[in-house]
Amino acid sequence: MSAFVTLNNVSKIFDVSAPWLNRVIERKPQSFLHAVSDVSFDIRKGETLALVGESGCGKSTVARLIVGLYQPTKGSITIDGKDMRIVDDTGASSQALRRKVQMIFQDPYASLNPRWRVADIVAEPIRTHKLLTDNAAINKRVAELLGYVKLTAKDGEKFPHQFSGGQRQRISIARALASNPEFLICDEPTSALDVSVQAQVLNLMKDLQREMGLTYLFISHNLQVVHHISDRVGVMYLGRIVEIGDKKEVFGNPQHPYTRMLLDAIPDLKMTGKARTPVAGEVPNPLNPPTGCAFNPRCPQKLAVCEQARPQLVTFKGRAVACHANAPTSL
Amino acid sequence: MSSAPVLEVKDLHIEFPTRRGILKAVDGVSFSIAPGEVLGVVGESGAGKSLTGAAIIGLLEPPGRISSGSIYLDGRRIDNLPYEEMRKIRGRQIGAIFQDPLTSLNPLYTVGKQLTETIQTHLDMNNEQARERAIKLLEEVGIPAARERIDAYPHQFSGGMRQRVVIALALAAEPKVIIADEPTTALDVSIQAQIITLLKRLCRDHGTAVMLVTHDMGVIAETADRVAVMYAGRVAEIGPVSEVIHQPQHPYTMGLMGSIPEFDTHRDRLIQIDGAMPRLDAIPTGCAFNPRCVKVFDRCKAEKPPLLSAGKTEAACWLHAK
Repeated sequence: MSAFVTLNNVSKIFDVSAPWLNRVIERKPQSFLHAVSDVSFDIRKGETLALVGESGCGKSTVARLIVGLYQPTKGSITIDGKDMRIVDDTGASSQALRRKVQMIFQDPYASLNPRWRVADIVAEPIRTHKLLTDNAAINKRVAELLGYVKLTAKDGEKFPHQFSGGQRQRISIARALASNPEFLICDEPTSALDVSVQAQVLNLMKDLQREMGLTYLFISHNLQVVHHISDRVGVMYLGRIVEIGDKKEVFGNPQHPYTRMLLDAIPDLKMTGKARTPVAGEVPNPLNPPTGCAFNPRCPQKLAVCEQARPQLVTFKGRAVACHANAPTSL
Repeated sequence: MSSAPVLEVKDLHIEFPTRRGILKAVDGVSFSIAPGEVLGVVGESGAGKSLTGAAIIGLLEPPGRISSGSIYLDGRRIDNLPYEEMRKIRGRQIGAIFQDPLTSLNPLYTVGKQLTETIQTHLDMNNEQARERAIKLLEEVGIPAARERIDAYPHQFSGGMRQRVVIALALAAEPKVIIADEPTTALDVSIQAQIITLLKRLCRDHGTAVMLVTHDMGVIAETADRVAVMYAGRVAEIGPVSEVIHQPQHPYTMGLMGSIPEFDTHRDRLIQIDGAMPRLDAIPTGCAFNPRCVKVFDRCKAEKPPLLSAGKTEAACWLHAK
């Protein structure tokens, strides 16, 4: 299978310097935040790749880069053979590319316009991309889309505030599906939902993927959810991918100490009353990251080399790990 | 734990009068917590778990009000105390930890100032003693270099460290009960483990009873001794934590447990409870769960089930009527 989405050494640097006058008067230096550094991965057609990591690890920035909300500082993103840089153009090929890539956001309260009726919200991508022009046809399509997400055509008359959180997230999914996309980027789609509602949304997303052959990039900090929905998993730490590979491999036999730490930190329902292994330390300040491997201050397997040289992602049997102590050749 | 309960809630009802009638948010909740015990309260948004916690600390936002029922702290009734009396109990005997550590700390005061203020409000100490105690508290909750960091402002701490400060604040006057409302929801999973371990250790050491309100079953599983599952303002099931998790007796608890994705079970679809929790103005007659329940029968639609003994737990379900 060939890659549908390819990221090639993508970096995103934000300028977070103080205003010019402050820099001059207070002699503050310019400062840059490396939100994403040298991230490369492929997503095959029909596959779900999940990105996990703690807050501030850059996973949402990757999502925004792929969908074209940010431009990468370095590197390139290719979707279905087309370079993502063309989305800034206004030409037909740019339109076609944007139609194929849609996004679902975390907060179903903030991502729907409260003044629009649900039918208009769902019809917006159809009208923008001029997929259908006849109003009757649009209404029919909207009813069909609402049916996909287990809502009724009558719900289209209502406003977003008349729906619960789970129903709103289903409206967001219907809107994302309106332009017949091939690739959906889901940024924490279930984090704002209760577990029973989360189960409804996850089941729905799996069914839609099977029926329409969708490709997903799934961003989440919840490892159980990621384990349930994904085919492959990438673990990010401070803007870099530290381990990426098949879900069963990464969860079953984690190689990077950070992946192990994350897995150990998950509460286990089976072990009631038993304390989990708490993790020492916190994520370092991304403005002033540690030298060498960014994980070295928290790492239980730290070697002398970890403070000096940054480990490269080494691929072995389809899994890539960036760690001096656990180079995958020793698997 | 056979000792007398430190906190007892009896048949608590909380309602909100609105123009279109009275909404019952909490409908007859009863439970008790023994000293040193952790009672987990779980449920989905709107189940009334946070309101119950707010009622206990006397911080119900008007127009919400306790319409009937009573709350006892160490045998003393506290739900009908005047504001000033309650103010003395709050902080001194009941501590509170809220979800967002950034909003529960005052950004304009240093952490030390906020701690010493709390300590001096409740305990008879001079500035020097209060400061020493504040430093000791910060050390106890695991803040490195507490003596240097005591004069820092909340924004200079990370999220996990801030939540530690909030815990230190809650413990400042050695309360008998702590109401922890979603204390780890705003934190990353690795930090969450640190905070839970800390909270558990401190409460064991100090013999503090904890009411832990959360929607995260994982947190409950490792922290709580007993758990109460709430649904639409009522307790659906209450019992020892391992029993409720492994052998749930109420159909809602069963569905809730099945909808949590797990590592070692490889099922393709999660068990889902269809529908959503009813709105407060449209709570069904009989058992509030009956329209979503897979085991519903006639009696469920007619009568509200009380808590009935079921296995090793108590479940509010007619299936267990003898």
